[in-house]
Amino acid sequence: MHGLMNRALQCFLRDTYGEETWADIMQQADLGYASFESMLIYEDEVTFQVLDLATQALGKTRDDLLEDLGTYLVSHKNTQALRRLLRFGGVDFLEFLHSLDDLPGRARLAVPDLALPTLELRELDDVTFSLICGNDVPGFGHVMMGVLRAMADDYGALAFLELDESELSHGVLRVSLLDEAFSEGRAFELARSAG
Amino acid sequence: MLDTLPNARVLDTLCPMHVEVDAQGAIAHIGPTLAQVLDATVIGKPFLDVFDLVRPQALRTMGDVRASCGVPLHLRLRDCHRTTLKGVAVAHGDGAVINLSFGISIVDAVGTYSLTSRDFAPTDLTIEMLYLVEAKSAALEESLDLNTRLQGAMIAAEEQAFTDTLTGLKNRRAMDHVMGRLIALNARFACMHVDLDYFKSINDTLGHAAGDHVLQVVARILVEETRAEDTVARVGGDEFVLLIREMEDPAKLAKIADRIIARLEEPIPFNGHSCRISGSAGTSRSSQYSPPALDEMLHHADVALYASKRAGRGQHTHFSPELLSLDLSEPTGERGAVHPDG
Repeated sequence: MHGLMNRALQCFLRDTYGEETWADIMQQADLGYASFESMLIYEDEVTFQVLDLATQALGKTRDDLLEDLGTYLVSHKNTQALRRLLRFGGVDFLEFLHSLDDLPGRARLAVPDLALPTLELRELDDVTFSLICGNDVPGFGHVMMGVLRAMADDYGALAFLELDESELSHGVLRVSLLDEAFSEGRAFELARSAG
Repeated sequence: MLDTLPNARVLDTLCPMHVEVDAQGAIAHIGPTLAQVLDATVIGKPFLDVFDLVRPQALRTMGDVRASCGVPLHLRLRDCHRTTLKGVAVAHGDGAVINLSFGISIVDAVGTYSLTSRDFAPTDLTIEMLYLVEAKSAALEESLDLNTRLQGAMIAAEEQAFTDTLTGLKNRRAMDHVMGRLIALNARFACMHVDLDYFKSINDTLGHAAGDHVLQVVARILVEETRAEDTVARVGGDEFVLLIREMEDPAKLAKIADRIIARLEEPIPFNGHSCRISGSAGTSRSSQYSPPALDEMLHHADVALYASKRAGRGQHTHFSPELLSLDLSEPTGERGAVHPDG
């Protein structure tokens, strides 16, 4: 797993549940280090071991924890750089949804060895979409659910999201766009300092 | 004429930063993004009053610009920001159409003029470029963080190292460690301090590569002339300490030292040169003390070494308390030590 993914998990747990919780989890994991490096590659088992220890420590299901992680990645003050990069995807939520197919390519542009699962948006009708997430990273659909919920808020759109449990092999998200201009949303300036 | 251009709306969509100039060289129309950068009062003003034509320097008049057709233009806004622009002109009717872009100044321009994604044509790669600038800066920051931490770890590892990286011998820290343990175990051992003679002139005349080579050869000699249980350490530029275990017979120790010095005096070939050095040595023995102390034994081996130097170098001396009363000022005058082969 790319270090950026592990790092995202670490920052989420640390910023949400505190330094001590994170230290406890890593102590139990007994990996020989207390922190992930974003620019190194780790064995996949390491990620899932830490994730399992976190669900035990926090008494949450893995799915819920991953969705919270997705929300954190967009909405927390420590992850504003990532939120800005996502906002480059489109000027409104609809345009953003249509840019999701390109997301793995955009990620690779920034970090060449970062392989995100494929994403494919299908338009069911004008306001209903399904997002098919590649299954190379288990649980990625739950992370995307959190990301999309937070991005809808960010754009000021009112959207209803649910995970289609009937599809076992893939994460399939159903997105219903109820009101694209529901609230004002958060401002996005192209210039970084103002963002 | 130009204000009735049939394609004005087309250009506004495809090239939102274009300028239409009339036959008199005055601005007749500007695209919607340029309208965000300039204000409406520029309409009717001479193009060259609003834009400073920087390159090509040969172009001076609007006629030159019309004729330049397709040549890359470098311009600068005559506003307080002096924003640089890239452009290309095409003659049209009696006037010209000039399409502009920010080029490399885009990163600042989006802030200066509060531009949004909507201000760029959908086919324009500006938004992708701005994305890339931010994404790469973020990735670079992470990499720099990692480098800083790795560098810290490397320095820490070096500080904890026991090996001299040039020669592969033990370093001073390791020597202190081994000697401290020998003393703690009440082991009998000799401490032989070896200092190379004429080494400095090798470095001075043939350079550091030659010096490094000589040090590596010396290291090999010292290892070969001692046993596996002995310790050979490089403790300074051309200084070595040998800890020789279970050996206190002065005659045997003198023989080891003489053998080492004889081998050090064999010419060492390097790049067609023959490097000649020698060595001086001094030895203190743990049985001379009760109990032995690390600093004292090292100091006394040093005193014996300098007695060897004073006596003419290339020899070995055992420490004895009488040496302490001698004048220990350093011997002077290094003889030349490099002889070209041939």
